[in-house]
Amino acid sequence: MTEALPMAGAAANTNLAGLTKNDYRGNPSTLCQGCGHNSISNQIISACYEMNVVPENVLKFSGIGCSSKSPTYFLNRTFGFNSLHGRMPSIATGGLFGDHHLKGISVSGDGDSASIGMGQFKHVMRRNVNMVYIVENNGVYGLTKGQFSATAEKGLNLKKQGENPYMPVDICMEALVSNATFVARSFAGNPKQVKELLKAAISHNGIAVLDIISPCVTFNNQENAFHSYAWGKDHEEPLQEISYIAPRSEIMLEREMEEGEIREVTMHDGSIVILKNLEKGYDTSSRFEALRVMEESQRNNWLVTGLLYLDTTKPSLTSRYNLVDTPLNRLTEADLRPARASIDKVNALMF
Amino acid sequence: MNKVINDFTITVGTVNGSGSSTANNTILRSIFKMGIPVSGKNLFPSNIQGLPTWYTIRVNKDGFIAQHEERNIVITLNPNSFARDLASVAPGGAFYYSDDIKQPVTRTDIAIYAMPVKTIVKNDPNVPTDFRDLVGNMVYVGVLAHMINMDLEKVLAALTFHFKGKQKPIDMNFNAVKAGAEWAKANLVKNDPYQLEAMNKTDGLIMADGNTAAAIGSIFGGVQFAGWYPITPASSLAEALNDYLPQLRKREDGKHTYAVVQAEDELAALGMAVGAGWAGLRSMTSTSGPGLSLMTEFAGLAYYAEIPVVIWDVQRIGPSTGLPTRTSQGDLTFAYFIGHGDSHSVIMLPGDVGECFDFGWQSFDLAERVQTPVFVLSDLDMGMNQWMSKPFQYPNVPMDRGKVLWEKDLEEIKGNWGRYLDKDGDAIPYRTIPGNKHPMSSYFTRGTGHDEYAKYTEEADMFLKNMDRLKRKNETAKKYVPAPILRSTKGSTAGIIAFGSTEAAILEAQNQLENDHGIKTDFLRIRAIPFTREVDAFLAKFEQIFVVEMNRDGQMYQILLTEYPQYASRLRSVAFGDGMPASAKWVREGILDRYESGTLPSTKGAGKSGVKKSAPAKRASAKSTPIAKKTTKKTVAGPKSKAKRK
Repeated sequence: MTEALPMAGAAANTNLAGLTKNDYRGNPSTLCQGCGHNSISNQIISACYEMNVVPENVLKFSGIGCSSKSPTYFLNRTFGFNSLHGRMPSIATGGLFGDHHLKGISVSGDGDSASIGMGQFKHVMRRNVNMVYIVENNGVYGLTKGQFSATAEKGLNLKKQGENPYMPVDICMEALVSNATFVARSFAGNPKQVKELLKAAISHNGIAVLDIISPCVTFNNQENAFHSYAWGKDHEEPLQEISYIAPRSEIMLEREMEEGEIREVTMHDGSIVILKNLEKGYDTSSRFEALRVMEESQRNNWLVTGLLYLDTTKPSLTSRYNLVDTPLNRLTEADLRPARASIDKVNALMF
Repeated sequence: MNKVINDFTITVGTVNGSGSSTANNTILRSIFKMGIPVSGKNLFPSNIQGLPTWYTIRVNKDGFIAQHEERNIVITLNPNSFARDLASVAPGGAFYYSDDIKQPVTRTDIAIYAMPVKTIVKNDPNVPTDFRDLVGNMVYVGVLAHMINMDLEKVLAALTFHFKGKQKPIDMNFNAVKAGAEWAKANLVKNDPYQLEAMNKTDGLIMADGNTAAAIGSIFGGVQFAGWYPITPASSLAEALNDYLPQLRKREDGKHTYAVVQAEDELAALGMAVGAGWAGLRSMTSTSGPGLSLMTEFAGLAYYAEIPVVIWDVQRIGPSTGLPTRTSQGDLTFAYFIGHGDSHSVIMLPGDVGECFDFGWQSFDLAERVQTPVFVLSDLDMGMNQWMSKPFQYPNVPMDRGKVLWEKDLEEIKGNWGRYLDKDGDAIPYRTIPGNKHPMSSYFTRGTGHDEYAKYTEEADMFLKNMDRLKRKNETAKKYVPAPILRSTKGSTAGIIAFGSTEAAILEAQNQLENDHGIKTDFLRIRAIPFTREVDAFLAKFEQIFVVEMNRDGQMYQILLTEYPQYASRLRSVAFGDGMPASAKWVREGILDRYESGTLPSTKGAGKSGVKKSAPAKRASAKSTPIAKKTTKKTVAGPKSKAKRK
């Protein structure tokens, strides 16, 4: 994912890919002022810039909704596909076969993933498609003016909608039970954590789910609502402090080591994610522990954030397929059309 | 007793799941290897085990291999269908049954043969108990072989092929065949006219099913991605990809140049295929009607976002359970207008197994050239049954990857390009492919609402301009789609238009219309939509044109009416869909019902012939009174007539 490029002659504000932060920006956002999604877009820009990501090595995907509009607002030099409501996972699954060296950064929302797209959400987990799957989660349908989404908490009162009678869907739990290999939760109001989790997710070779509580300032930002800034700030319980360290081959990293470090996790590309546990002995390799912590936080009305689960041993979808090193979309007729002689063999196989 | 040589049908009634398909295929293949034109059709229920199923074989020395209603030889092993099977035998026919079925045999106008299927197998110590039922099916093959002179050497060849040369099953099955034949020789007296005689009419031909042909054709087209979801009758197409890709695209390093993914549903199947097509892969999916319904939203998106992808629809009847294992041509208008908002699909219509292969590779060229979803409409009869075919032909043109800009191309034009810009005036824009490293390569893909540079816009003018270009693209597509095939008869007075698997029935009906009713016809088999100028010319030529198809509403007829309103009064719909493959009888009767005598080939514009209200063609209708006098010499306008590929 990350590429080491020569530093010589680079201006102070360029990264190791020789790019400025502007090279990672997108078009101006058309979302509401103060929308949590804009903050997440900014962290994607920062994370990619700091990781020296080459924009052409990424593909952006999204479904439909406010969140799904946001790929226009970052990484202008990256190919993107704003697809259908709830169907981003399938477009990404096929799209990432084109060139399996590329990384997907996908943005969806709670409406897009937890309702209409629940089937595709679950299946993209079990296939371990190589992409970051961000759910910008605000508990509400914004573009259609404020209906409840499936992640809205029971009892939530919204203008025009009345009281939500149903239990919510928990994105992280759903991801976990579908065998996702990287599951994290964060809060748009905690940009540092969002950025560090994004970096870890980008380094992960497989599906990396980031459920980011991202308050809707227009339709769902009441003080007592789960998906609000005020509630998030008051109830956030970080699971660990998280720092991302780029692959050792690229830059020195000792300076970033922090005291009190408990666990280092080496990612596929050699980068390291440092987890400083706040809770004693939290084990990111245990699905059971992750489910227990989520259950506990639900009971106590906590917003538990951090890296909940990580498994770096499972192959991603494209690595399972044992593909040629050349990207499939660079293969030519010589690679793709069987030789002339084989037509006789085929005809001989028929009766 | 008179002999009837190489002109009859064989119907085998068994219990679904009893393993009779090997036996039935063996009969079909043996006859084929004897050089006699033959077809086999599996009429099966939507069931794994237990319900009655029939396999019908048509043997015809003249090459007419469409489904035929008359049952000459009927074999039954199924007590539940015994009475029905017995009643179905045409007078003078032959009825074979397993003698463990103790039911009254009430007919005296046919030959009756009871076969000790169970006891013969029971007495063979080499047949393990578990295999008795399966191998028992081979006994009727043997009995029949003796009674109709089916060459046992050809039976052995068929079994050797079926069991891929594995000696043990070949021996076990062939022994049962021989035991059946020997028993028949010793115990039965032939009392019916039906016999085989070797010919040389299948020399150089192969037997294959359309789904396998489509899969192999797709492989020769360089398929790189297939997303699919199981559905009868399309599943075997994707399964054939899985079977043949490892053999045909084998590399020394063992790495793969393709991926086939079984999706969670048809929405995801086409979603993946569209994603892969967008990412520059030769990408496809295969499904049937219900699956196509689920694919609708993605098909619409791919049309507007201009993404190449190939969608095979192996048509079957109706929604949900209905008649899922019966054939149909009922998805034509659906596929043509699929999507939301205005759309016109590019559709390919293979008419035989060989064309399933050809369109397998040509569909990718077409999709990438026109940058649009290409629908290939086959059907259950063509897709799942074994058909005689010319051997598959290696593609005669190099791949056409369409208008793609890679890094060096962008260097040359200094990155100055627009994804939806009609630079060449043919309405087809240039595209770049994800993974392109040029800093100006990327663009953002959406449905509508984009300008020529793929920038977001909701401007009305821009939307209209884009819609207009998409429509013009359909005109451009006419240059690339396969032209129809015209079979003309000298002195013809009427035209027949059809598509797909009905060809065999139409050729036979043409022959009957000419010989028995003195009606000479030209036959235009349409192979693609949008229609090419050959269709215009055909419509201009005749005052009566019969549009024959296997559905209720005459869907091709409807599309022709829309595209050619000036010829509306000439078109007569002969549409019928009951799930059975087309037969010459219903084509003939459907045409006769609507035929107006005394018309001549038109010399100018739209004719004056009255519009007759078209009633649905009735299979049961026996109206076959000659309408025009027989005035012409008998010229066979069957498979022998010259086929012109324009």
